[in-house]
Amino acid sequence: MRLAAENVAIERGGRLVIAGLSFEARSGAPLLLVGPNGSGKSTLLRAIAGLLPLTGGALTLEGGAADASIGEQAHLLGHADGLKGALTAHENLAFWAATLGGGSLSPAAQAPSDALRRLGLSHIADFPVRALSAGQKRRVALARLVVARRPIWLLDEPTTALDAAAQALFADVMREHLSAGGVILAATHGPIGLDGAAQLMLGPLPAVGVAP
Amino acid sequence: MSAAAAALFLREWRIASRLGGGASIGAVFFLILVSIIPFAVGPDLALLARIGPAILWVAALLATLLGLDRLFDGDSEDGSLDLLVNASLPLEAIVLVKCAAHWTASALPLAILSPLYGLMLGMGAWPLALTALSLVAGTPALTMIGAIGAALTVSLRRGGLLLAALTLPLAIPVLIFGVAAASAASGSAAPFASSFLMLCAFSLGAIALAPFAAAAALRRVRD
Repeated sequence: MRLAAENVAIERGGRLVIAGLSFEARSGAPLLLVGPNGSGKSTLLRAIAGLLPLTGGALTLEGGAADASIGEQAHLLGHADGLKGALTAHENLAFWAATLGGGSLSPAAQAPSDALRRLGLSHIADFPVRALSAGQKRRVALARLVVARRPIWLLDEPTTALDAAAQALFADVMREHLSAGGVILAATHGPIGLDGAAQLMLGPLPAVGVAP
Repeated sequence: MSAAAAALFLREWRIASRLGGGASIGAVFFLILVSIIPFAVGPDLALLARIGPAILWVAALLATLLGLDRLFDGDSEDGSLDLLVNASLPLEAIVLVKCAAHWTASALPLAILSPLYGLMLGMGAWPLALTALSLVAGTPALTMIGAIGAALTVSLRRGGLLLAALTLPLAIPVLIFGVAAASAASGSAAPFASSFLMLCAFSLGAIALAPFAAAAALRRVRD
């Protein structure tokens, strides 16, 4: 599987955030997006997920399902965890397993209770998510990645609020995904436990057409 | 695909029925609207019984639309909407399932409670039955029209009043035929059957068309 961007430009709120960007991400080879605040890391991930239109250029996916968009074959882990505070961790995961899984390409995913155990959350599975700490919520959000199998993972600072043990657990989960042929693009400011990952440097664009 | 729809319905239903979900608040709001109008109109039971269907319908309209402003807001704030856009269900189906869950949790109880509230207005048995029936037939249209407004105002922080301003004018035809059907037993000019069938037609049309409008709005309005 190969996800390629060619000469991509993305506008946000009338401001060009990314211009002339080309890269490729292949199965098993994680790509880290690095750059200062405001350099367009989150914007790029949201655009790949199909949530923002491209102003120019093209994104192509080779080796994916022909009848599904890139976004439908990707997991997006954004700043928000996508969890309902009124529901328990297990109910949240079971919901995402049913609505995000079920694609024709996806092999068997993990059961929600197995995913929670994997991330060390068995003991809080039946508590409402609103009662959990920020790090625990983040772990539940990470468990979403394994209850529904999708080949492309778009991770926006995935290790925010995680302690060292959880970071190590999640690095294992990511390595497992990569060895199964998955694609990972992760926006990050620090190491996320993937050795030898390629880096894509995004820089702030010079302002255009603004008089000094 | 049907498993995903069932999971979404169950999730919406659980959120609505748990603490702070808002399903019961709509019924309380409906009760308060119905009970303050006699204070304004005065204790003339014959008058209240005559305008009772209209009071119940206006109160149900406001309770339905004001309860809809959170239909997509919660999912937008916690990031769920970004994920639902790429779910295995099309966004149109997601809108439809969310509306169905919202209707059964919030609007259907209003129709079921309306005979009880109508008793306080001195309405007879036959007008009470027709009012409840017309509410069951007409509130799906209100929910679906409101869903378009909720989708358009999803990125606004305080979209509740704008939602009402956008959708109340669109709900006027439903209100006209709803009240006509409901007051057929208490001296309306129009026969029950024709008004009731128009009401059903509005609801079916709204169920068929509104998911596309709301899904298009959700795709466009958010950034």
